Amino acid sequence: MSGTRLSLAKGLNAGLRKAMDKDPKVVLMGEDVGKLGGVFRITEGLQKDFGDHRVIDTPLAESGIVGTAVGLALRGYRPVVEIQFDGFVYPAFDQIVSQVAKMHARSLGHLKMPMVIRIPCGGGIGAVEHHSESNEAYFAHTAGLRVVSCSNAADAYWMIQQAIETDDPVVFFEPKRRYHERGETEIDEGGSPDLGLYDARVAKEGSDLTLLCYGPMVKTCLQAAAAAQEEGRNLEVIDLRSLSPLDLPTITSSVKKTGRAVIVHEAQTFVSLGAEIAARVQEECFYHLEAPVLRVGGYNIPYPPSRFEEEYLPTLDRVLDAVDRSFAH
Amino acid sequence: MSDSDVAGHAGTRGRMAGAFEPSPEMGPTPPSQISGHFSDDNPEMVQFVDADGNRLATNETNAPYAQIVEDMTSEDARTIYRDLVLVRRIDAEGFALQRQGELGLWPSLFGQEAAQVGAGRALRAQDYAFPGYREHGVAWCRGVDPVSLFGMFRGVNHGGWDSNENNFHLYTIVIGNQMLHAVGYGMGIAADGDMGTGDPERDAAVMAFTGDGGTSQGDFNEALVFAAVTNAPVVFFVQNNQWAISEPNDKQFIIPPYQRARGFGFPGVLVDGNDPLASYAVAKDALDKARSGQGPTLIEAYTYRMGAHTTSDDPTKYRSDAEVEIWKHKDPIKRMRGFMQERGHADPEFFAAVDAEADEVAARIRKACQEMPDPELPTMFDNQYTEPHPLVEAEREEFLAYHAGFAEEGGQA
Ligand SMILES: Cc1ncc(C[n+]2csc(CCOP(=O)(O)OP(=O)(O)O)c2C)c(N)n1
Ligand SMILES: [Mg+2]
Repeated sequence: MSGTRLSLAKGLNAGLRKAMDKDPKVVLMGEDVGKLGGVFRITEGLQKDFGDHRVIDTPLAESGIVGTAVGLALRGYRPVVEIQFDGFVYPAFDQIVSQVAKMHARSLGHLKMPMVIRIPCGGGIGAVEHHSESNEAYFAHTAGLRVVSCSNAADAYWMIQQAIETDDPVVFFEPKRRYHERGETEIDEGGSPDLGLYDARVAKEGSDLTLLCYGPMVKTCLQAAAAAQEEGRNLEVIDLRSLSPLDLPTITSSVKKTGRAVIVHEAQTFVSLGAEIAARVQEECFYHLEAPVLRVGGYNIPYPPSRFEEEYLPTLDRVLDAVDRSFAH
Repeated sequence: MSDSDVAGHAGTRGRMAGAFEPSPEMGPTPPSQISGHFSDDNPEMVQFVDADGNRLATNETNAPYAQIVEDMTSEDARTIYRDLVLVRRIDAEGFALQRQGELGLWPSLFGQEAAQVGAGRALRAQDYAFPGYREHGVAWCRGVDPVSLFGMFRGVNHGGWDSNENNFHLYTIVIGNQMLHAVGYGMGIAADGDMGTGDPERDAAVMAFTGDGGTSQGDFNEALVFAAVTNAPVVFFVQNNQWAISEPNDKQFIIPPYQRARGFGFPGVLVDGNDPLASYAVAKDALDKARSGQGPTLIEAYTYRMGAHTTSDDPTKYRSDAEVEIWKHKDPIKRMRGFMQERGHADPEFFAAVDAEADEVAARIRKACQEMPDPELPTMFDNQYTEPHPLVEAEREEFLAYHAGFAEEGGQA
């Protein structure tokens, strides 16, 4: 199966399958993940092939799902938990923050939490309330969790496997509006990943300004960079991939090169990943900066009804507007 | 206590099993290999009419509610029938509007009309209902204009009605959350002394709606605990429509939810949720008890989700058409109509008039939905706080300036 071009959803599915093939301790659990294959079909076919002891349709209770996954992890399993939508992770927040994140440290390193919590995230699909949130900052803020986000099919395929192999708990954000877009790159399923799980990717090299982004915004930023190219501006696009830890060397060496940075995410900007990155960049790159670090994100209101979302979410135009503002300095 | 004790004595009002044989007219019994059908032949299920609407004999199970049914006037019966027909039609319109792109999503209540209308009509004006997201029939009975239900499914708002106008809370999408709100509201009623006074205009109760899947949530079970220890005037109305998206009942519980109530310390009742009379009578009885200070009740309305989970769902992936066929025999509207004909509650003109009214309502709400304007974009910053918040105000200004910039560019071109 070398050289297949999969959608992001199919990339995840193939990655999960591979991880389950490799390690019998990998179990999937969540609402509707079995026969239905999940509401986004990410686990499609896996219960049929691996059995309902390894792909578990759980009761409808997120705290229960994550809490029992903790117990399974203590017993030597590697649970991969699916939260059906971003806005439904909160019943599990207590388990994640109080137990999953802290277990290794509070046991003085005796216990491990090799768990992956998959969360379809972000907006842009015209959904009702609670189905479009970008809540990664809550988790990135929580010490003890690793937080990553894939932006394309190939990364989805490799990153989900790397996350499952990690002995720390990983919160894995999947950009739901990109699930069914066809992948740009071919995946060599027999090969190996070109980056470590916590490495950022230079998605497009450039010299004039650095766009820092992740998840669903990577595509938007690449489009913005293409548009800017026509105006003679050569933007660098960095797909962060890992939100905790942050790949600061990749970020700062890019900004030192370009002298300008715009951070783009769907999440509200107040106390966001953008805030953290801006703080780090000004600490590390102060004398290289030609302009203040700018942020483009969701407005600081709860995710609005879907008729507003096109204007709420960062768009190519809003990214270019920020680029203009940076160059105006 | 052995397992059989748990099952056998679970009728929390001391009813004995075995007194009632389900009627053969109820259609074929589902094959046992179809998972999860807990209560198909459960003698503890309160029923009043068979599949054709014939009044079933009074038995030990339904006897406590029989007087309520006997006291119903022709007008009461006609009200319920009209509601059943109209809410089915409103629901069908919601479905069609979604298919035509006017709505982003529609969760259909098809099949659950009797449970919802029975519960909705048992509520008094001063009572309060806390719905999930599928309770269009309850909304109708409370007097909420169906057009305002469309707002959130069209994406123009997150719930377009003032809850306090009809004592019908906003829809709650996060499964289980509203159960606790209902209990707290009931605690408030009790604290205000609006319970147990004997004044029918004053005593109030709360009804909290969720589904079979909802019974698994922590919030649901915590709500039962709070209701029990506070003796709050709350009726938990669980519509067991057999499915939580793709998961059948046996993924959520191994005893039916009504039996759980006793363990929390209050009664649970199983009712045929496709029997409008039984649903109404059981809900009325529980609400009367709550208002009079006798505490909470959990009602499990045993029913069926005839359609997909929502318009986004494809149920052929996980359930058989044969199962749906079985439930067609238990259609609530057919049963109500049969009962009314048997009792002479209405003449053919009445039924024709209801159908005509359904056409009118459908046409009105369809037009209103199609004409529902898109919201003014800057209103997304409205109502975020009760007083101005500097960040929100600054972003509103930023938003306006940004969009004004486009208008200028457009103007120059
Ligand atoms: C906390 C939470 N988790 C997951 C969901 C996604 N979801 C929406 S409806 C549903 C199933 C609900 O089943 P049930 O309670 O039986 O109600 P029904 O839809 O059958 O009326 C799920 C899992 C949600 N809305 N809220
Ligand atoms: Mg259900």
